[in-house]
Amino acid sequence: MILTKAQYDEIAQCLISVPPTRQSLRKLKQRFPSQSQATLLSIFSQEYQKHIKRTHSKHHTSEAIESYYQRYLDGVVKNGAAPVLLELANEVEYAPSLMARIVLERYLQERDETPPSKSVINSMLRDPSQIPDGVLANQVYQCIVNDCCYGPLVDCIKHAIGHEHEVLLRDLLLEKNLSFLDEDQLRAKGYDKTPDFILQVPVAVEGHIIHWIESKASFGDECSHHAYLHDQFWSYWNRFGPGLVIYWYGFIQELDCNRERGILLKACFPTDIVTLCHSTA
Amino acid sequence: MAAVLESLLREEVSVVAAVRWVARRPQGLEESPGEAAALRALQPLRKDFVPFLLNFLREQSGRVLPQGPPTPAKAPGAAAALPGRPEGPARGGRGARSQLFPAPEPPAAATEAPLARRGGRRRGAGPGRERGGRGAPEDGSGGDSPPWAGARRPRGAGSPGRALSDPPNLSNLEEFPPVGSVPPGPAGRTKPSRRINPTPVSEERSLSKPKTCFTSPPISCVPSSQPSALDTSPWGLGLPPGCRSLQEERAMLRKERSKQLQQSPTPTCPTPELGPLIPSRTGSLAAEAADPARVSSRKRLEVVALVYSSCIAENLVPNLFLELFFVLQLLTVRRMVAAKDSDLEPSQDSLESPLFQSIHDCVFFAVQVLEHQFQVLSYLDKGTLKLLAENERLMCFSPALQGRLRAAYEGSVAKVSPTMTPSAQAVSFQPETDNRANFSSDRAFHTFKKQRDVFYEVLREWEDRHEEPGWDFEKGLGSRIRAMMSQLSAACSHSHFVRLFQKQLLQMCQSPGGAASSVLGEAPDVLNMLGADKLGRLRRLQERLAAPPSSGGPCPPPTFPGCQGFFKDFILSASSFQFNQHLMDSLSLKIQELNGLPLPQHEPGDEDGESDVDWQGERRQFAAVLLSLRLLAKFLGFVAFLPYRGPEPPPSRELQDSIVALRSQVPPVLDVRALLQQGLQAHRAVLTVPWLVEFLSFADHIVPLLDYYRSVFTVLLRLYRSLVLSQEGEGEMCFLNKLLLLAVLGWLFQIPTVPEDFFFLEECQVDAFEVDTAASEHGLDSVPVVDQQLLYTCCPYIGELRKLLASWVSGSSGRSGGFVRKITPTTTTSLGAQLPPSSQGLQAQLAQAFFHNQPPSLRRTVEFVAERIGSNCVKHIKATLVADLVRQAESLLQEYRVAQGQEGGDPAQLLEILCSQLCPSGAHALAQGREFCQRKSPGAVRALLPEETPAAVLSSAESIAVGLATEKACAWLSANITALIRREVKAAVSRTLRAQGPEPAARGERRGCSRACEHHAPLPSHLISEIKDVLSLAVGPRDPDEGVSPEHLEQLLGQLRQTLRCRQFLCPPAEQHLAKCSVELASLLVADQIPILAAPHRLERGQARRLLLMLLSLWKEDFQGPIPLQLLLSPRNVGLLADTRPREWDLLLFLLRELVEKGLMDRMEIETCLGSLHETPWPGDFPEELATLSRLFLAELHLPEPQLRACELVQPSRGTVLAQS
Repeated sequence: MILTKAQYDEIAQCLISVPPTRQSLRKLKQRFPSQSQATLLSIFSQEYQKHIKRTHSKHHTSEAIESYYQRYLDGVVKNGAAPVLLELANEVEYAPSLMARIVLERYLQERDETPPSKSVINSMLRDPSQIPDGVLANQVYQCIVNDCCYGPLVDCIKHAIGHEHEVLLRDLLLEKNLSFLDEDQLRAKGYDKTPDFILQVPVAVEGHIIHWIESKASFGDECSHHAYLHDQFWSYWNRFGPGLVIYWYGFIQELDCNRERGILLKACFPTDIVTLCHSTA
Repeated sequence: MAAVLESLLREEVSVVAAVRWVARRPQGLEESPGEAAALRALQPLRKDFVPFLLNFLREQSGRVLPQGPPTPAKAPGAAAALPGRPEGPARGGRGARSQLFPAPEPPAAATEAPLARRGGRRRGAGPGRERGGRGAPEDGSGGDSPPWAGARRPRGAGSPGRALSDPPNLSNLEEFPPVGSVPPGPAGRTKPSRRINPTPVSEERSLSKPKTCFTSPPISCVPSSQPSALDTSPWGLGLPPGCRSLQEERAMLRKERSKQLQQSPTPTCPTPELGPLIPSRTGSLAAEAADPARVSSRKRLEVVALVYSSCIAENLVPNLFLELFFVLQLLTVRRMVAAKDSDLEPSQDSLESPLFQSIHDCVFFAVQVLEHQFQVLSYLDKGTLKLLAENERLMCFSPALQGRLRAAYEGSVAKVSPTMTPSAQAVSFQPETDNRANFSSDRAFHTFKKQRDVFYEVLREWEDRHEEPGWDFEKGLGSRIRAMMSQLSAACSHSHFVRLFQKQLLQMCQSPGGAASSVLGEAPDVLNMLGADKLGRLRRLQERLAAPPSSGGPCPPPTFPGCQGFFKDFILSASSFQFNQHLMDSLSLKIQELNGLPLPQHEPGDEDGESDVDWQGERRQFAAVLLSLRLLAKFLGFVAFLPYRGPEPPPSRELQDSIVALRSQVPPVLDVRALLQQGLQAHRAVLTVPWLVEFLSFADHIVPLLDYYRSVFTVLLRLYRSLVLSQEGEGEMCFLNKLLLLAVLGWLFQIPTVPEDFFFLEECQVDAFEVDTAASEHGLDSVPVVDQQLLYTCCPYIGELRKLLASWVSGSSGRSGGFVRKITPTTTTSLGAQLPPSSQGLQAQLAQAFFHNQPPSLRRTVEFVAERIGSNCVKHIKATLVADLVRQAESLLQEYRVAQGQEGGDPAQLLEILCSQLCPSGAHALAQGREFCQRKSPGAVRALLPEETPAAVLSSAESIAVGLATEKACAWLSANITALIRREVKAAVSRTLRAQGPEPAARGERRGCSRACEHHAPLPSHLISEIKDVLSLAVGPRDPDEGVSPEHLEQLLGQLRQTLRCRQFLCPPAEQHLAKCSVELASLLVADQIPILAAPHRLERGQARRLLLMLLSLWKEDFQGPIPLQLLLSPRNVGLLADTRPREWDLLLFLLRELVEKGLMDRMEIETCLGSLHETPWPGDFPEELATLSRLFLAELHLPEPQLRACELVQPSRGTVLAQS
């Protein structure tokens, strides 16, 4: 699903100030029926993450934290069964899982009179049953299962999607009889930066030589692509030469501008692969 | 000097004798006593003859070459006209070559600037500070201009000369004019040079792109013109003040000269005024026709041409190609400035009448010289030959020469093709040198990781932007580079970075543009083979061709073209002492390595066996090595002399002495003298000299004054003189090899920092050692390793000849001429490592002796095989023996952990125990290594040697290869095997411990898919997502119309089963979350919290049980990881029941029983969980009901299970009853 910048912008425009709930996703699918669901979700998730990055700090001032905690307390006193925390998060346009974290952290701090460690918080978010306060546990759990952009469940889904596509790519490479080294093998050899796959014999894709392939189970928007270029793709190029990036959920067409330079973008496994012929002479 | 020329013209002395006299050869037998006597009388003038001749010709041509490109002359020689002062050192002007490091002139220096610009450098007696052009005009910029500025931003019209200080020489007329003579120049400071060729490029050229090097703008003032403050010259160079002093000087010298002439035995002539040298800007470019019939004084021109040619042929001129360029300029003169009639009248045969009185004279003279130089011409590239052969003037004046040139053109295969520098390819990451084991600490490793990326980021940005107008390297990248360099704290990091830098340098500046890539056994460049990126290259090619060529005339200063500029600017911006030192170390090492590379030697015995293909390969290999060496040496010279170069003028004499004394103490960065001597002795000058020239071209002004380097220069000069092209024969250096050396040395002698008079003075000195170019045995020098492609690559300025001819054809500026760009035909990533001469003793001697009488290819093969097999052996041991030991270590580790409980012991201690058990096994490595080499080497040798190799030779070669390979492998293994095992085991231990750390159970034995599985199961991510949706629906909030159908739930669990059975896409974290979600789902089922779409909006009991049974089965059968079943009894999930009205406990009870029955949880565990539930504060009657549940569950424990089960199934749920009661 390769989108032009204009198409992408149209979608992104619809995502401003939309809470990350399943209802929002459903509406989005209705709005853009021609786009694949996974692509829409990926774009939604990325746009939402950008929004969160922009506003993160304002939710973490001590005033904000105090006010959220107070509102939470007031809310559950009135009705512990109501989705207090979730509604609070949606109202202030912050991710429910992250709101849950803020309030949980504040709660633990009050209870233990010392700031809780990150690992304790993470463990409680993964398993809210560990939260000593039953009401808060339910509130946190509700936030987590209703958040489609953040939280341990979403993280796991993203991780699983990434893994699945790597497996898919591996299978395709095996099927095409292209020998490769995977990330684990490369790490074992002591490579400092490792793409998903390095081809032991380079091939040409659409006329471009590629030495490595990186699988990205997300949509390639400008922001994430530039970050990937800086942190990963150029680093791979610096070590292994030109390579291929597969954005399984598509990318903005205009970003595929480094082909000559040695970074090729595709939204699927390439079909036009030329391999080195061994001369019989 | 004039006397000599005059006696030649009067035929008192034969040309042969004169040249022999000049070249200092023993007297010939045929020489007449009269000749000898005449020459003996002139003995003291001998060394000034050539400079005089060259300057004479330049001066003569000055009148007739107003449009041609300037021909610089680096020939001291004004004193030539003063036979009475023979001991005076040669002095004089030469075209100024652009300084390597000129800086913009400050406005204050305007009065001096023109002189410096015009006059070029002067070298002569007298302290440098006394002379014009010192100080401000040269480099005295505001101080903000970096010393390298000139190299990057060539100045407009010409460049300031650089004065060098010498001992004062009282005999020099210019420095110490005779009393009463007109003081030269304002304040006696400015010393313009007279001997300048006032021949600018064609007008449009000079306007559009002023020449930067050796530019000698014309002397544009008429003699009588008054000094004026404003520049009235057509060149816009602000010349007037200088002109004035120039004219004064000219007048003075003429006076002096006539005085001298009166004293001399030769007849004197009235000193004529030279015609005004006014370059005609407005004149048409149309060339005047040249007519052989209208040549004015044939004989005189013939004699001068012959003498001149002989001097060229004997290498008595400092730069062969410069003279050829000059001659071609004469050939292509367009029009002539009319001389005054009076100039033409007097004696036709004396020097005092203009030599070139018409275009016909010029062309005649040029063609005469070209006839003598035919041999050199015939070795030029095809394009130049074609232009020469098609030159109508040449055809008109000498049809014979034209015929020969045409024949040479037709027979020539010397096509010089411009090649492109491909865009950057990164240096590949090599675990052997780049992985963590090569760094002192994790931090150093990670720092280097970042630095590599920053380096390439900077490189890419440079590639993108360096051609943008206004972009500045230092401004754009300087701070980023320095920030990166400052992170390099550890010394070892510096060496890593330098290695990367150097490899990238070689790769980018040397990488092939064409097919000539598979050199030196390197794998062929797949990029080229596949022809990828062709369009990109084509585009770059077009861009380049559209861009003006950066060629700087026939003698450009050393520059950093193309990508080299990046590396140069990087070094400067980094300004890191440590980096420079490491870089010098690394460059020196690589230079020595490449310089010592045993390049193939031409052996007659081999010839029949080796085809042209081999020769091509060897030539390419030579070219690759040579170009790499030149590149490395250039950068070594640049870095090594960087601290000594600056924008300031050369130091005064007093300072100079102390600087020289100081610098003499500093050992040279690389012992180039020894390498040069070795190179000459081994007849490898063709390899050594070209890179040495690159190195020396960056020397600062003091360098040639140091004894060490002076001796190097002397040797080079002797070599230059000895390379007489006409001498051909057995054992002589090949013609093109010689031509290459002549070209590069000639170029070196024009470098501003090389003393101007060096070329003419040095011959007086006793040789440092004898240069013997007659190759007694076969050395590289006698192998035709140089071809035109390499010649033009190394000396792009030779291409100026073609440009000049082309501009004649096109009638326009030189721009339209062909461009000869830097040609980089070869790759040089890694040159096969040499086998260290480690083997000792008799066996080694025998092996040496064995190779002595075998073709060199045999030795190469054996050494190559040994090197590879030895290396492969080590790899093989790593992959087999060491890998086995690592596996053993892992299982031992498991045993320890089982024995000592999950905590295990201290990892360091564990490692020690493991290593003490495993390392002794390393001893097997040597035996295995020996066996490997024994097994592998012979086959490889056999495959690589010719079939016809005699059996005995073959078996010896095999056994030597085995021996060498074994030696190499065993030396490495015995030194490193223990450390290697330790390292690998350590890595394995930490890997195991890490893996088993947080989630030990996740690492348990896992089953894969069944064999028939086609991996069509739904993806785990999809399922997690689906279950999450159900959970969120159940937990709410939800819209009234939201819900799920029982079928959907069943389908979901069915899919979950499929997914769990196909392990293809399942990773442990996903399975964990699936397990957790399934438990949550069970809790929601038990609490009847799942919103069902259809009325009554809740699951029927039977449906719920069916779903629970499905879940139980999944937990039992399909999950392979741990399932957090205790969550079923967590306060939160049990609490879900508290909200339901009426509360229904039967499903929970059912689930608990099933869990026990299926062995998923044991009773004690459930009991504990139920017990801890009582600690939670519950609302209302909930604790009571919970207690009842516990009792019920516990009570059933003691009943026989089948009964309970039956009773459970038939009776209405006890839980329900209980809840309703």
